Amino acid sequence: MKMDTLMLEPSLYTVKAVLILDNDGERLYAKYYDDTYPSVKEQKAFEKNIFSKTHRTDSEIALLEGLTVVYKSNIDLFFYVIGSSHENELMLMAVLNCLFDSLSQMLRKNVERRALLENMEGLFLAVDEIVDGGVILESDPQQVVHRVALRGEDVPYSEQTVTQVLQSAKEQIKWSLLR
Amino acid sequence: MIKKFDKKDEESGSGSNPFQHLEKSAVLQEARIFNETPINPRRCLHILTKIIYLLNQGEHFGTTEATEAFFAMTRLFQSNDQTLRRMCYLTIKEMANISEDVIIVTSSLTKDMTGKEDVYRGPAIRALCRITDTTMLQAIERYMKQAIVDKVPSVSSSALVSSLHMVRMSYDVVKRWVNEAQEAASSDNIMVQYHALGLLYHLRKNDRLAVSKMLNKFTKSGLKSPFAYCMLIRIASKLLEETEGGHDSPLFDFIESCLRNKHEMVVYEAASAIVHMPNCTARELAPAVSVLQLFCSSPKAALRYAAVRTLNKVAMKHPSAVTACNLDLENLITDSNRSIATLAITTLLKTGSESSVDRLMKQISSFVSEISDEFKVVVVQAISALCQKYPRKHSVMMNFLSNMLRDDVSCGGFEYKRAIVDCIISIIEENPDSKETGLAHLCEFIEDCEHTVLATKILHLLGKEGPRTPSPSKYIRFIFNRVVLESEAVRAAAVSALAKFGAQNDDLLPSVLVLMQRCMMDSDDEVRDRATFYMNVLQQKQKALNAAYVFNGLSVSVPGLEKSLHQYTLEPTEKPFDMKSVPLANTPITEQKTEFAPVATSKLPEKPGPTRQDIYQEQLAGIPEFQGLGPLFKSSEAVQLTEAETEYVVRCVKHTFARHMVFQFDCTNTLNDQLLQKVMVQMEPSEAYDVLHYVPAANLPYSQPGSCYSLVSLPEDDPTAVSCTFSCTLKYLVKDCDPNTGEPDDDGYDDEYVLEDLEVTVADHIQKVLKPNFAAAWDEVGDDFEKEETFALASVRTLEEAVGNIISFLGMQPCERSDKVPENKNSHILFLAGVFRGGHDVLVRSRLALADGVTMQVTVRSSDKTVVDIILASVG
Repeated sequence: MKMDTLMLEPSLYTVKAVLILDNDGERLYAKYYDDTYPSVKEQKAFEKNIFSKTHRTDSEIALLEGLTVVYKSNIDLFFYVIGSSHENELMLMAVLNCLFDSLSQMLRKNVERRALLENMEGLFLAVDEIVDGGVILESDPQQVVHRVALRGEDVPYSEQTVTQVLQSAKEQIKWSLLR
Repeated sequence: MIKKFDKKDEESGSGSNPFQHLEKSAVLQEARIFNETPINPRRCLHILTKIIYLLNQGEHFGTTEATEAFFAMTRLFQSNDQTLRRMCYLTIKEMANISEDVIIVTSSLTKDMTGKEDVYRGPAIRALCRITDTTMLQAIERYMKQAIVDKVPSVSSSALVSSLHMVRMSYDVVKRWVNEAQEAASSDNIMVQYHALGLLYHLRKNDRLAVSKMLNKFTKSGLKSPFAYCMLIRIASKLLEETEGGHDSPLFDFIESCLRNKHEMVVYEAASAIVHMPNCTARELAPAVSVLQLFCSSPKAALRYAAVRTLNKVAMKHPSAVTACNLDLENLITDSNRSIATLAITTLLKTGSESSVDRLMKQISSFVSEISDEFKVVVVQAISALCQKYPRKHSVMMNFLSNMLRDDVSCGGFEYKRAIVDCIISIIEENPDSKETGLAHLCEFIEDCEHTVLATKILHLLGKEGPRTPSPSKYIRFIFNRVVLESEAVRAAAVSALAKFGAQNDDLLPSVLVLMQRCMMDSDDEVRDRATFYMNVLQQKQKALNAAYVFNGLSVSVPGLEKSLHQYTLEPTEKPFDMKSVPLANTPITEQKTEFAPVATSKLPEKPGPTRQDIYQEQLAGIPEFQGLGPLFKSSEAVQLTEAETEYVVRCVKHTFARHMVFQFDCTNTLNDQLLQKVMVQMEPSEAYDVLHYVPAANLPYSQPGSCYSLVSLPEDDPTAVSCTFSCTLKYLVKDCDPNTGEPDDDGYDDEYVLEDLEVTVADHIQKVLKPNFAAAWDEVGDDFEKEETFALASVRTLEEAVGNIISFLGMQPCERSDKVPENKNSHILFLAGVFRGGHDVLVRSRLALADGVTMQVTVRSSDKTVVDIILASVG
C-alpha cells in the first residue's frame, strides 16, 4: 500500500538527476535535484555503478539502486535522466530526448565530447531551461534552443572574418590528424 | 604548472578535456578580471563557465572565496552580452547557498525580470526566487503575480515553477496567487498549463472539496498538455483512493477515458493508475491490460519496459487478467534489453501453466549473468513464489538456484545471495523431499562464501536439519572445513553445529568428540569456549542435558540476562544465580512475506536492538511504586479500550510479573480545548484480584500521549484463577483551555469516561519460547506431571482454524513448523512451547482429528503440577 501511495502522490517534481558522462565514466555534467545522494562521494559511487551497468548495452532503460534510469549514448557521451522507480518512464524519456535533441541542434549534430566541452555554457543553459529544481520546465527542443539563444558559435560563416575561418579550418585539420 | 589551462595547452593535447586540470585557486585568481573596465565578455564568460564547471564537479568552495567571487560577478551585470548575463543568473543559482549576502543582486534581477528582453525575464525570475527569503517575498509579490499571467510562456512557466519551490518556505504568501495561477491554467501553452495545474494542486491539496472542484473543471474543459493529463490522472486516482469512491465514479470514467488519449505517456499513466487501484475487478482491469499489451510490441524500449513492468504488477494480484498477454510476453523473453526480458519471464512464470516452467527457466538461465542484481532478486522472488504454487517443480527450481549460486561466486551482492539462500531454505522447509539436495547445495555454497551472515545462517540450519537426515555423516566434513578455514564467527557457528550432530547421533559421537578436541585449541576464545562447553556436555551422554544445552539453548533475553547478572554481582549473596529470575526473550514474530517490488531494498543491517519488552522493563523500573516486583515476565500487545476517533483514546498494555500485574494505559486527549489532569483508570475486578495502587498521569494536554498505571496483585491462594475481567473507568480533572494558545483556565471539574472491559486470560501468564528441537525438550521435561484430556471442538470446521484458535488462546509458540497444516490431511499434531509465569516450562502436544468438527487430544507436560492443571482447566 505504501508503495502505491508513493507512486500516486501527484507532484511536478519528476527528475532526480541529469548526468552526462564520458566514455571513461568520468562526470562531464551532473545535476542532482534532491537528496537521494547527498554527498559528492555517494554521487560518484552512483555514477560509477550506473556507468558500469549501462556502457556496454544500448538498451535505453534500466532499474538501478531502486531508481529508474533512462539513457542514451552517442559516440563518446552518455546521457542519463534519473527518476523514482514509480515515475512515468515516458516522462523521463521526454526529458532525455529534449536534452539530446537540444544539444544536437546547438552542436550542429556534432554530439561528442570535444564539441560539448567547448560549449559547456550552452549545456549549462540548456539544462537550466529543461529542468528547474526537478520540475520539467520545457520539453520542446526548439523552445530550449531558442531560449538559450547562444550567439558566437552560431555566427554563420559568411559573417566571420577570413582569419577566423582560416583559424578554425586549421584547428579542424589538426584534430583530424591527431585523432 | 598551476595555470595548466590555457588556449595553447589545450591544443598541445593534455587530454582533450580543457577543464581537466582546473585548479580552483587559479580560476578564482582569474575571476579578478571581472573588475577590469571595459568588461571583456568572452573571457568573463569563459571564467564563469569554469567556476560552474568546478561547482558541478563537486569542488568545495569556502564561504569567503565564494562570496568574493560572487561580488566580483555582480559587476558583470553592466555588460549587455546576453550569454554572459545568462551565465550570471546560473552562477547566482549555483552560489545561492554558498556565498553570503546574495540578496545584493535582488534589484538587478528585479529589473531584468520586468524588463523588455524576454530572453532575460524567465531565467531572472528563477534566479531571483532562489535567493529570496520570506521577508523579501512581500516586496516582489506584485511582480510575481504579473509574471504568472504574463503572455510570454517562458516567463509564466518560470514564475509558476518558482512559486511552487517557494510554497515550502512561505505557503501563506504564495497562496494569495491562486487567482493568477487559475488564469494561467487556461493558457494555450502546454507547459504553462502543466505548471499552473501543479501549483494549484499543491496549494489546494489539503482541501478535498477544492481539489474535487478543480478536477471537475479540468476534466470537462480538457487540457492540451500530456504532462498535465498525467498530473490530472494522478490527482484523480489519489482522490478516488481517499474518498474510497467506487469505480462508477466520474473520476474513474475520466481515467478510463484517458486510455484513449493520443499521447502514449497519458495512456500509460492511465493504465498504470487503474492497475494500482485497490479492489479492481478483472473486468475493470481488462481495458488497461489491453493497452499495455499493445505497448509490449512498441519499438521504444522504455515503453516496452514500462508496459511489462506494470503487467508484472498486475500478475501478482490477478494472474488470470494477464494470461491474454502471454503471447506478447513470450516475444519479449529474448528482448535485447535484459530488464525487459527478465520482467517478461517472471510475469510468465506467474501467469503461465506448470508445463511452461521448465522452458522459461532455461531461457532465463541463458542470460541471468547479464542482468543487474535488482532483477536477479526479482527472478529469485518469482521462483520462490513458484515453488509455493507448484511444489512438484522444486527439483527444477533447486537446480536453477544452485546454478545461480555457483556461477556468481565472485560477483553478485549480498542482497542477491541472501535472496537465493532464503529461497532454498524455504523450499527445504516446505518440501521435505527436497531437504537433502537443498542441504547439499548449501554445503557447497558455504565452501566459497564470503558473507559471514550467510555462512553462519547455513551452519545453523545444517545443525538443525542435518542430524535428522538419513546419512548425517556426510555433512560433518563440510562443517569441519569451516572450522579450519573461516573467520571466528563462522568457526564458532560450525562448532555449535557439530555439537548437534554429536548429541543426536550416537555413532557419530566419538568422531565429533575428536573434532571438538581439536577446536579446543582454536586461537579465538569464543570458539574455544564453545568447544569446551559442548565437549563436557556431550561426554555426559545424558538426553536431558543435550536437550537443554545443545538443542534448545537459552531462551532468555540477552540484555535482561546482562542486567540480572550485573545486579547479582552487586549484592553479595550465598545463593546461586537463579536463571528463572531472568526475563525471557520474546520470540520474534516471523515477518509476513511482503509483496515484492523491484525497488531499493533497505540497506540497514539487522541489529539486535533492545526489544519492546526490554524498553517496557526500563520504563517500569523508573516508577518507584513498581520497585520490588521482580523481572518483567511478559508484556502483551496493546488492547484498544475505546473506539477509534473518540474524544479520548485509551489503549492498555498488560505487564505480567511473578505475582503481580501492572496495567499501563496509554491515553491521548484529542480535544484541543481541554487539558486533563490527574488522569487514572479505575478498575473493578470480577475475581479475587486486588488493585493495590494507581499511578495517575499528572497532565494530559491535547494530542500529547501520556500513561497512567494500575498495580494489581494476583490471587495467591488460588493459583488457577488465571482469567479475570476488569471494568474500567477513566477518571480525570478537566480544565478548559484556549485551543490556540493551550492556556488552561484556573478552575477545573472532575469527570469520568467509561471504557471497554479489559480481559486477562491464560495467554497473559505464558511467554512464548521456541524449542528448535521439540522432541528433545519433551523428553527433558519428562512425564512427572503429564496430563492428557480429549475435547470436541464442535464449532470449528477446519484443522487450520483449530490450530489458529489454540495458538492464540494459549499464547504459546508453535514448534517444528507445526502451525502449518499440510493440505488434504484429516489429522495433525501441533507442538506448543512456553514458559509459565514463575519460570516453569510448559509443553503442549495437541493431536487434532477432523471428522464432523474437530476432536482434540491435549497432552500437557510441565516441571510444575499446578501449571498443568491450569492449562487443562482453561482449555476445558
